[in-house]
Formats: sequence, structure tokens, C-alpha cells
Amino acid sequence: MNLTLKVWRQENAQDAGRFEEHQLSDVSADSSFLEMLDQLNERLESAGESPVVFDHDCREGICGACGLMINGQAHGHRARTTACQLHMREFSDGETITIEPWRSGSFPVMRDLMVDRSAFDRIIQSGGFISVNTGSAPEANLIPVPKEKSDAAFDAATCIGCGACVAQCPNGAAQLFTAAKVGHLGAVPQGDPEADQRVVNMVEQMQEEGFGSCTNHRECEAACPKGISISWIAGLNRGYLKAKLRGVDRRS
Amino acid sequence: MMSSSLDPSSQTSVVLDPAVPTGPIEKQWDEHRRQLRMVAPNNRRKFDVIVVGSGLAGASCAATLGEQGYNVKCFCFQDSPRRAHSIAAQGGINAAKNYQNDGDSAYRLFYDTIKGGDFRSRESNVWRLAEASVNIIDQAVAQGVPFAREYGGMLENRSFGGVQVSRTFYARGQTGQQLLLGAYQALARQIAAGTVEMFTRTEMLDVVVVNGRASGIVVRDLRTGVVSSHAGHAVVLATGGYSNVYYLSTNAMGCNVTAAWRAHRKGAYFANPCYTQIHPTCIPQSAEHQSKLTLMSESLRNDGRIWVPKDSRGRHPVDVPEAERDYYLERKYPSFGNLVPRDVASRNAKTVVDREQGVGPLKNGVYLDFADAIGRLGQDAIEARYGNLFEMYERITGENPYQSPMRIYPAPHYTMGGLWVDYNLMSNLEGLFVLGEANFSDHGANRLGASALMQGLADGYFIAPYTVANYLAGRLGETASTSDQAFVETERAVSDRSERYLSCSGSRTVDSFHRELGRIVWDECGMSRTAAGLEQAIGRIRSLHQEYHSDVKVVGSADAINQSLERAGRVEDFFELAELMCRDALDRNESAGGHFREEHQTEEGEAQRDDENYSYVSAWAWNNGEPATLHKEPLEFDVVRPSQRSYK
Repeated sequence: MNLTLKVWRQENAQDAGRFEEHQLSDVSADSSFLEMLDQLNERLESAGESPVVFDHDCREGICGACGLMINGQAHGHRARTTACQLHMREFSDGETITIEPWRSGSFPVMRDLMVDRSAFDRIIQSGGFISVNTGSAPEANLIPVPKEKSDAAFDAATCIGCGACVAQCPNGAAQLFTAAKVGHLGAVPQGDPEADQRVVNMVEQMQEEGFGSCTNHRECEAACPKGISISWIAGLNRGYLKAKLRGVDRRS
Repeated sequence: MMSSSLDPSSQTSVVLDPAVPTGPIEKQWDEHRRQLRMVAPNNRRKFDVIVVGSGLAGASCAATLGEQGYNVKCFCFQDSPRRAHSIAAQGGINAAKNYQNDGDSAYRLFYDTIKGGDFRSRESNVWRLAEASVNIIDQAVAQGVPFAREYGGMLENRSFGGVQVSRTFYARGQTGQQLLLGAYQALARQIAAGTVEMFTRTEMLDVVVVNGRASGIVVRDLRTGVVSSHAGHAVVLATGGYSNVYYLSTNAMGCNVTAAWRAHRKGAYFANPCYTQIHPTCIPQSAEHQSKLTLMSESLRNDGRIWVPKDSRGRHPVDVPEAERDYYLERKYPSFGNLVPRDVASRNAKTVVDREQGVGPLKNGVYLDFADAIGRLGQDAIEARYGNLFEMYERITGENPYQSPMRIYPAPHYTMGGLWVDYNLMSNLEGLFVLGEANFSDHGANRLGASALMQGLADGYFIAPYTVANYLAGRLGETASTSDQAFVETERAVSDRSERYLSCSGSRTVDSFHRELGRIVWDECGMSRTAAGLEQAIGRIRSLHQEYHSDVKVVGSADAINQSLERAGRVEDFFELAELMCRDALDRNESAGGHFREEHQTEEGEAQRDDENYSYVSAWAWNNGEPATLHKEPLEFDVVRPSQRSYK
């Protein structure tokens, strides 16, 4: 395949950035999107030019490291697929492909296509856990968990923390990410004792990080490579409201 | 009792003592814990512990030490600890819970692991692992890990290769992800509590040794390029395995041996480097451009049947009549069938492909067929069990595995070898602890499925927290500081190395060298090895390494984000490791588990051990680039008598 790539290049967070155009030929339809970028980088490096910087690691769609806006869509046009699992056979010969980093004030661009998603880590640190020290756990089968609840918990827990939801949202909201963790831990009985505190802490940390507000565009759900449903956001809002009505304030 | 008095660069071979407690095996760990020294709660904050790596072993260890009140600094090269490669483990985690009432016990799990490892692991460690397995499940469930459950609400199990019980706990095909997120969240809680300071996008590039003890590390901030030192009373490495020495493997792109290798260069012994696991169920390579191979969980072998056509006519699989198919695993191993251990399954796949019975456009695969299972259970049931794996297969290959069989072929996946550790998981370099895949300890010459998660978490949650405390107890009153000249010198050496790559101005990219190196190691030190091939490989690796020094091209600078520079150092370490793997494979004049020397096989083509001469752990000492010195830890089997493995 022959492709025209319009790739975002940016030296650092201060740099204004710009698109750079490259022609790439002999791309195999069987290669993944990131392998296509490898091919571009190998060519740039051989010519002594600086390669395009992007985050990636497992290349199996599970680590959440890769995140590219491909033709304006987070992870590209194929539903429920991360950029690393998107293959070039999904594109046509001669196509022009635009590649940008996640665009969100809370995910500052570090270089080229690499952004800083540490805000997600801080949201988890604010309460995205069950407080159980190593060694203090009871026998695993002591508390039966209905299969439906366990399956629901998994559906939310499958979030890979890639940030596509934020990147695709016109408001740059992180509700889907936050709701998925609140939903996962709230769906199992082990998460009950801290449920109110957790939702208050996490929602308020999310706001502090500067993410936008959710206005139900549902772009996040469509962009999520793991297909996490926005109904979790409804649960998040309900949980937050109830906790606030019960007078729960943020506590660290 | 320990080998700490050894001069790490000693040229003479010594016998290593792992300091295993005496007494009956089932009481050893309890007895040992009674004797380990402790640190009082009010003294713990006086100790700084460095944990490198944030996968299952690193995150669980850092979180647990933080909970106990130590000052922990945890480092990872990824942008978040949640991205460590443990996240990609699919199938499950073993535990001797015997929830299925099918006769499981700590002894069974121990026995299966020892046998699966082809009698090349340390009995005492494996017993302790089997005991700890049950606590891991309790801990993970309490953290909210959504394991698969029965309708009655109890935990569900499935079966994995090499065993005859159902002891594997799982969360669809994403068990590693869910366990890692559990550990990550425990770690996040400690970061919030201030007991753990987390350093992301920070790569450890050397360990600093002061007075013979690991006293800190030198790191490079991957965002700014700044090289700095961190001191600790103890250093814990949980930095994973080295499958990426093969270039193409199922490991994440960033997985590397650098932390372990640099520690090796500072005196830590590297044990059994030739024990590598080539996983039988991966998607075959499709072309030259490929950057990695993708695993299809071993759990698929529960329902998929492996076969190749008896001829090489290249017909579409559904057109091959039943009588013309060779279900070679079921034929050769009737009692384990498609669930033989990984090394056996891989070797048999290689045999049929070498005989030109391979399938697919490049004739480099075998079929994994679900037609019978779909007929028996319905497509919905298969989708519920393996839906995400089938989807992944379709994305990568463009073929629908519900309609025609998957094509699979073995690929490098896990490395049993790693830094040598004693019973306390401490290397011969005092104060340096090594956990998870980075150490060599529990899987012998072949790891059974669903055991990597178990070992990483056992080490991190339940073993290292005791043994590290024991070590720290003896350091009370000492301050951890970077003031020693050794820190300055190590920092300088790290910076000099970066400069060397950047100033080389050669003509070939790091990746092109890595690909070529990987090819050599795969051909000569992969699924089967010969003395002649290994000797030749050592020569080729050395000359390619020389060429690397003079002809590598790394653009950019050291004081900014530079992913090529990061890879340059990692690939250089792979060169040195690759040579050691070949030397180790050459020294081990027998076959055992994943190490298959063609000269040593039974009449039926199975691995033939030589217990009389090779029942030892090979622990290699770095010799400043000269051939490494071999030290040996004799293996003793008091509980299980080594025998020819049989899965027939």
C-alpha cells in the first residue's frame, strides 16, 4: 500500500506544534497501525531525522499505552479496537491518514504523539481501591458473589486506562474512566464499605484535574476500545449525589 | 551459610548454598518465618526500600512494604505502573484451593510444578509457592478482582496444561489485567498514603554497590534525560523476563533485561539463562515487518483440538476429511492429549512443521480447531469462554476462527532463567532481592501455565515482605545516602554509555541490529539446540556485537525524550545476554524442559535429562566481557524422585 501520512510533530509541551507530511510506500496490509509507524520511523532514523515519538507497549490491546487520534477518531475507525490492534487492511491504498495525539488540557502533549496521562493515576490514588492490607483477607469463598454482579464488575473493570474516552469527548470529560472504576468496585460486596467515600473522592479529584463535564454526547462509549457502557456514568452520578446527600465530604 | 563472601568476579567455580531451611519440607517456611528477624513498626520508617518494576511482583511488594510502614520508592519505565506487562497475561492463576474437590492439595501443585519443570527447580521454593497460592486468591478477591464465578456465587476454575485437576482461577481471558489492577490499586493507595513514592517513565540503568552491598540505583528520567541516584537500604528488582532477546516474542515492546543485566554486571549471578519458554499457542508470523507475536491463551487448548493434515497438499482445512487429519498430541499423549505441558506441545508443533505438514500461507503453523467444541457446546458457550481471544485473532489475521480453525505456532513467551536468588529471594549480591520472572527460582526448565501470576504475587505479597524485613533488621542505624563516590562514578558511567551510542554515527538502526540478533538466537538457541549451532551462534553474536559498537545509528540527544536511545542500551544488554544463553545451553549437555539439545532425546523424541551430571542450577558470574564463570547450585530432591516425564 502507498499512504500519505499527516503526522503531528511537537518538540515539547511549550512548542506550538505542526503537521508534517510523509509519503510511505510498500506498507503491508497485514501490518498493524503501529508497525506502519515503525516503518516510517525506521526510514526517518536511517535518514538521520528524528523519529515520531508515541507511547506503545503490549501491542495486544490491553496495556492501554497507545493512543492516537486517527483521522479524528480515537484509536481509528474500527469499533472496540486499540490503535495497536488496528491493521492496515482497514485502510485503502493511496489514502491520506491524519495522526494526532490525544487532545485534552488534562493530558498535556509531551512530544509528538505522546501525552501525559498521570491525571488518571491520581484519580485512582484518590480512592480507586479497596482498602485491604496484604494478609488481612478472609477465605475467598466466604462471601458468595452472584455471577451477574461479578460479570458486571468485570465489564467495568476491563477499562485499560488509555484515555480514548477523554480524547473523543467534545468536553474532554473523564466520566467514563472514573465511572468504570467506581462501578467495578461498587459491583462487588467487598467494595461496599468505602463506596460513598470512594465516589466523592474520585469525582472531586477528577474535577480538580481539570477534565470537562459530561453532557451525554456518548462519544466516549463509541470510542472505548473495551466497549464500556455509559450506563456506568449514570451509576456514578447517582452514587455521587447520594453520598453528598448523606453529607460525605472528600477525605484523603 | 550464604555466598555473600564471594568475590563476584571470582574465576573459580564455587558451590552455591541457597540457605534452604532444614526439616520436613511442609514445615520449612513456617519454621523459617519464626526465625527471621523483624523490624518494629516504629523503626520501619527509618528504612528506604527501592523497588524496580511495577508488575505483579513489584507492585505487590511495594504496596505491601508500604502498608507495613517502610519508605518505598517504586520505579517503572512506563507512563503508569498499570501498564507493566503482567497486564497482558491471559489465562489464569493456579491455587491449590481444591474447590472442585478433585483431589488437589499443596502437594499436588508442588508435584505438578516440579515435574512440569523437568526436575530442575528447587523443591523448597516450589513447596512454599504452592502453600502461598491459596492466600493470593483470598487477597485478590478481597481487593475486588472479578474472577469468574458459578451461578451460586462461588469461584469457578478451569484446567491448564500439564495437570489433571482444575485449579486455575481466571477472569475471562484477562486474568493478568485484573490481578495487576488489584496490585496497582493497592499500590495507588500507598502512594496516596505517602508510604510509596512512585517514579514513572524512569528507567533503572545501574545498581550501585557500596562495601559489597546493593545500596541504591542510578536511573534516567525518560522525559528529561536527567540521570540521578537513589539510595536504599535494600534494592528489589521485579523487572520481568528477557524473551525480547529473540526480537519477536509475545512480550511487550518495552520488556527488557537491562535492570537484571546491569545488576549481573555488578556481581549478581545470572542463573539458567538457556531455560526459555516457547509458548505453543501463538499466531504465526505473517511477514518481515512484524514487531511482535501475539499469544492465544493456553486455555484454548481445553476446547480446541490441534491437528495438521497428514499430507502437504495445502487444502482448506474444512476440506480435509477426518481420516486425513493427524491429531498428533491426542495420538501421542492419550492421557493429557492437547493439554500436555508447553514445551512438549511446542516441540511437537515444530516437528510437524519441519516435516512440511505446516499450514497457512507460509506453512508455518498448525491448526487449533474448535469445530467439535462448537458442535458440542454451541457457539455461544465458546464465545462466552474465549470471545475476546477469538476477536483478537480475527483482528490480527483477518480470519474468522468460528468458521475455520485458528492457525498457531510456538513463540518466545517467558523465561525461566533469571538472576540467581537464595531461599530468601536475595541474590548473591547482598541487599539485592529479585522477584517474579526476573529471578530463576521456581519453574525449573519449563513453567506450567497459570503459574507466572502465582509466582509474581507470591514473591511480592507473601515472601519478600518477610525476607526483606529480615535483611533490614540487620541494617538498623545505617543511613541510606547517595554520598558515596560509587554513586558519582556509576552516574558517570551511565551518561558515558548514552554518549557512546549518540556519538557512534553509524549506518544501521538499533532495531535492525535487534532483528538480526533475534534471528540468530531463535535459530540456534530457540526450540531446539545443537552444540555446533550454539558454538557458531556465539561467534556470530560476538561479531554482530562488535559491528553494533561501530555502526549503530542513534539520532537525537540524551537530554530529552529519545526512544531510540532507550532501545540502544537495552539491545546492547541483549547482545551480552544472548551470548551467555548460548554458553549456558552449550554447557548443559542434556535436554531438560524448554532446553532441548538435539543430541539428547529419547527414542520417541522427548527431552532426555542427565541427572547424574546436570542436576544443578547454573549460576554465571560476569567476567568483564570475557566468558562468564560457572558456579553451581546442586539440586536435591527429597520429596519427589526425578523420573522421565511422561504425559502419555
